[in-house]
Amino acid sequence: MTTTPLIERPKTRFDPIDWSRKNLFSTWYNALLTFVAVAIIFAVVRGILGWVFFRAEWQVIAVNLRLFMIGTFPIDQIWRVWFTIYLAAALLGFSWALWPNVVRDIAVAYGSALLLLALLPFSLNNRLALGVCALLIFGGMWLARRLQPKLPWFGRGVIIAWLLLLPFFIVMLRGFGGLLPVISTSQWGGLLLTMVLAIFSIVLSFPLGVLLAIGRRSQLPAISWFCTAYIELIRGVPLITILFMAQNILPLLIPGGETIDAVMRAVAGFTLFTAAYIAENVRGGLQAIPNGQTEAAKALGLNPVLTMGMIVLPQALRIVIPSNVGQFISLFKDTSLVVVAFSVFDLLGIARSVVSQTDFLGRHTETLAFVGVVYWIFAYSLTHLSRRLEQSLGVGQR
Amino acid sequence: MSESAITRTNTRPPFWRNVRVLSIIGQVIFVVIIVVIASWLYGNVTAGMRRINIGGGYAFMNQPAGFEIGVTPIAYTPTDTYWRAFQVGIVNTLSVTLLGVVLATFVGLLVGIAQLSSNWLIARLAQVYVAIFRNTPLLVQLFFWWSAVFLSMPRVQQAITLPGPIYLSNRGVAMIGLRGTATFLPWLIFVAVGVVLMIVTVIALRRHQERTGQQSPRWLIGFGLVVLSAAVGWLILGQPLETHVPERRGFNFVGGFQLTPEYAALLLGLVIYTGAFIAEIVRSGIQGISKGQKEAALALGLSPQRSMRLVILPQALRIIIPPITNQYLNLAKNSSLAIAIGFPDMYNVARTISNQTGQVVQIVGLVMASYLVISLFTSLIMNLYNRSVRLVER
Repeated sequence: MTTTPLIERPKTRFDPIDWSRKNLFSTWYNALLTFVAVAIIFAVVRGILGWVFFRAEWQVIAVNLRLFMIGTFPIDQIWRVWFTIYLAAALLGFSWALWPNVVRDIAVAYGSALLLLALLPFSLNNRLALGVCALLIFGGMWLARRLQPKLPWFGRGVIIAWLLLLPFFIVMLRGFGGLLPVISTSQWGGLLLTMVLAIFSIVLSFPLGVLLAIGRRSQLPAISWFCTAYIELIRGVPLITILFMAQNILPLLIPGGETIDAVMRAVAGFTLFTAAYIAENVRGGLQAIPNGQTEAAKALGLNPVLTMGMIVLPQALRIVIPSNVGQFISLFKDTSLVVVAFSVFDLLGIARSVVSQTDFLGRHTETLAFVGVVYWIFAYSLTHLSRRLEQSLGVGQR
Repeated sequence: MSESAITRTNTRPPFWRNVRVLSIIGQVIFVVIIVVIASWLYGNVTAGMRRINIGGGYAFMNQPAGFEIGVTPIAYTPTDTYWRAFQVGIVNTLSVTLLGVVLATFVGLLVGIAQLSSNWLIARLAQVYVAIFRNTPLLVQLFFWWSAVFLSMPRVQQAITLPGPIYLSNRGVAMIGLRGTATFLPWLIFVAVGVVLMIVTVIALRRHQERTGQQSPRWLIGFGLVVLSAAVGWLILGQPLETHVPERRGFNFVGGFQLTPEYAALLLGLVIYTGAFIAEIVRSGIQGISKGQKEAALALGLSPQRSMRLVILPQALRIIIPPITNQYLNLAKNSSLAIAIGFPDMYNVARTISNQTGQVVQIVGLVMASYLVISLFTSLIMNLYNRSVRLVER
């Protein structure tokens, strides 16, 4: 009896030649594309690495690093910034222990990056501070693992601590009479100012957006019409015009408004803008909740406020996490617009102004590359965090 | 059984618990509050305007502008009115927006489909492109293209020459330009006739295919008809278009089609940035079609390319159109960042006018109204297209 030739058994272990044949050279045009892509990658990477290590002059960054990070913040008060960063690092460590699925990658990445940065040739104070931050992240995780079984309110405590960190941060930076010398917001700059603008606007715009979404879906025509008009008006105009309006018209709107400092006006502009987009996202989520949920809540005797707050909103907000985080990432990047609309010097503003120093005229590429990488790190961290959060909440699976 | 328990006629709750009455009262209170706040704000604004001595109304826009504009697609001199300057700005914004939308869709489609390619290297390259350009601010990218790329090009005397000829220098991009001669307009009639013939043939051939099943390359025939008609017109009327090549004269190029470095940087930055977002939308649209569709198409013997073109993409369009509308609107609004690199778009011109005349409130209103009109118009067109691809349910 003749035997038919055996088909090759599928390989269970990773075989590079087989993998290349399937993924890179499967057809003739795939093979051509692979060669072209390899050539392009080689040329680009060689060009970039050659520029980074041989032709670029990184002095402009090294000399002005403090400007980039904190602007013209008085150097003797820098302990206030470091203290808040220590608290944030400790809370990051605690969060790592509490919600490892979501936070672990970010915590490990930031901890290792801080350790690596502590080895670079900065001043001894800064290196110590960076090392302490890394230690707090890892140490906080270890401590929380020990404490969490003993303290049932630990998770809730950490969430409240995160929420309280923002006003604490603002108070620390601003100072209050007597105990801490006041530092006016015109001296905040660089990455510090970018963080303040972004975090403040995100936290303020979220409740406003949720209220607008609920108002737009209201049965009362006056409220629904007003919310719709606001959302459509704000969404139809560029952010820069809203900032321009906040800069010039806000002082006219409120008596004594000229005294509102530029940072507050910028935050107001960002908040009003982002709230409209958050409202549209949340409205999409609210639309996806079937009416049965509201009817069941009514049958159980819940009033409209409790229905919305305990039944409908948690489900709706979970659905729109991807769009909302995307909007927050956009807001973080859009804080760079303050250099155009106001004359505040956030991270990008410092980059543009540093280039006009006589020693570093024309060093555009270095400064923009540095600023771009810093923005990219934070934006990508947020994207990664949101992907992990979606996975752990089961978005799209149930 | 007592009568009174069954024959209760008045079951309406008292007015202070009646939902209908309460909702009306609530809305009236809400409207009153809004009107009070609005009139207070309006009073503040007018008082403030009187304090800084700026009047109301748009009469100031008829004064001569007195400033130069670098890029003037329509005729403009500094003695024209502010209205004319504003119109130049609007034309600039519209030209960048339209060109940007077309190019960004191209780039986005290409990169989005490449992300799902069976070639591992191409897929990773596309993902890296999207990850880089989505996560950096548009302003950083614009500054990069403008100061680190276009302004760092060599001077005109040592301009980079690409085959074309296309000259890249720090004065911008100069390439061969086309200019219409006297016979251009009559020639366009021939082209229009060709286009009409193309539409008629394509529809007729499609009906023929639906009736008899016979396939024919109808788009090829249609385009062939357009080319034929244009060639006939060219031969009869004489040359309708002439080329003129840019030549170096002094410190600049003269003639040809030129793009300033600001225009080129703005266009490139907007296209690459928005293209990355459109690529994500296209990818999520294609991945949103259930895998069974692709498997069924392959089982029927369609090649991967035909299954993508005939089965997947038409269904994916339904998912893709609303978010892409958002990205088009974003591109139109992001073009206002031209002020950072000095391109005279609508917002830049409006800021100059507002700085010169000080009439901020009117200018802000004008700018916001213009952008609203552009946004609403784009939404309208995209919604009409959406209506043709969406699912029609009972």
